[in-house]
Amino acid sequence: MANELLTVTHLVKNYGKKEVLHDINFTVEKGSVTVLLGPSGSGKSTLIRCLNGLEEFHGGQINFEDQTITPGFKKWQPLRQHIGMVFQSYDLFPNRTVIDNILLGPLKVQKRDKNEALAQARQLLKEVQLSEYENAYPRQLSGGQKQRIAIVRALTLNPDFMLFDEVTASLDPEMVRGVLEVIEGLAARKMTMLVVTHEMNFAKQIADKVLFLENGKIVEESSGHQFFEQPQTQRAQDFLSSMDF
Amino acid sequence: MNWSIVQQGIPTYEKAFMITLKLSFWGILGAIIVGLIVSFVRYFKVPVLQRILGAYVELSRNTPLLIQLFFIYYAFPELGFKISAEASGVSGLIFLGGSYMAAAFAGGLEGVPKIQVESGRAIGLTDWQLAQYVVLPQGLSLSIPAIAANVIFLIKETSIFTVVAIPELTNTALDQIGMLYDTNEALFSLVVGYAIILIPLSILLTWLERRARRGSFGN
Repeated sequence: MANELLTVTHLVKNYGKKEVLHDINFTVEKGSVTVLLGPSGSGKSTLIRCLNGLEEFHGGQINFEDQTITPGFKKWQPLRQHIGMVFQSYDLFPNRTVIDNILLGPLKVQKRDKNEALAQARQLLKEVQLSEYENAYPRQLSGGQKQRIAIVRALTLNPDFMLFDEVTASLDPEMVRGVLEVIEGLAARKMTMLVVTHEMNFAKQIADKVLFLENGKIVEESSGHQFFEQPQTQRAQDFLSSMDF
Repeated sequence: MNWSIVQQGIPTYEKAFMITLKLSFWGILGAIIVGLIVSFVRYFKVPVLQRILGAYVELSRNTPLLIQLFFIYYAFPELGFKISAEASGVSGLIFLGGSYMAAAFAGGLEGVPKIQVESGRAIGLTDWQLAQYVVLPQGLSLSIPAIAANVIFLIKETSIFTVVAIPELTNTALDQIGMLYDTNEALFSLVVGYAIILIPLSILLTWLERRARRGSFGN
């Protein structure tokens, strides 16, 4: 139990009268990578967005560290500093330079010392090989570069948990590799992550655990190795055989 | 056209020009402030207040400035609120312009993509910080073309001030026509007066629109 960072229990989400997530249960262990797989429209993005309050949920609960979150929870703002998120579409602020995008959270939300935050931001920019773009505006960057900056922006808040919502889905194939390498680097450093992706080779390589979602239900939960080598359900077998990897 | 009459009228038109400029300035400034407040209240869906301000917007946009001025200048004193003609003019401009500016700002704020707001929330910004660092800078620059159009519109609306006998440009020209029958000279001076204000302003606002667009999305 002590090793669990996040526990989701009987989570239910409705859109109006329609239930779109049904009785979701899973845990995320500290330092692990959980990959959320499933066909389009299965509820992966909705689920991941429930975990940092961008979507409300209507039943069950989420336990994150020592915080219990139930439907109607309002105090997401301080929690979000501990739960980083990177989206599918490029979400940098277009009116701010790269460095201003990155420092907005550390300086304004966390009230950190500017020099200390700047040093961290520069170190992370160096790690994603984008140091020379510190003063560029987002529109001067490629999609892959923007996503790497978005990851740096989330990491500069020193989150305990990272959510990645199909971060390579909008990228040209040659841009995908650079972004995935950054996430692999985080996994190697034992960052706790929940990753929604359609990149099966990447998922196979990185997943400690796989949650396979269909029609708003987790239909299979297994270790990464087991899911890709011996999927237990027919649906997961069909899904994997339909994917070209 | 008698040019010497035009020349003789210059000092009077200079005064009228300054009055038009002064009242426009305060009216537009007030309208921008009211517009910002109304658009924020409606954007952030502040309970109760958003309904009250919604009613104000409907009343303001669906009644002519002429009628609004009649109320402010002639009817309000009956209720114990007596203000000068100039203050009535500025109040009328603020009342009318506030709703137009609110619509302009609202268009800009709503034009900020939802993902921008979500990514701001995702890095822990509070609602106020979201407004300050994400929604407002992007929304305002999206609003600038509509605000610029409103500024020009409101300056032209000052011509209605003549009904409460403010000696601005139109009132001065109508006086000259009525008393001296110098119709051509008066209309010429009037057009020149508005053109001196509006043409440079229009050029300035176009430049500002371009600059704001660059400022918003990087250069």
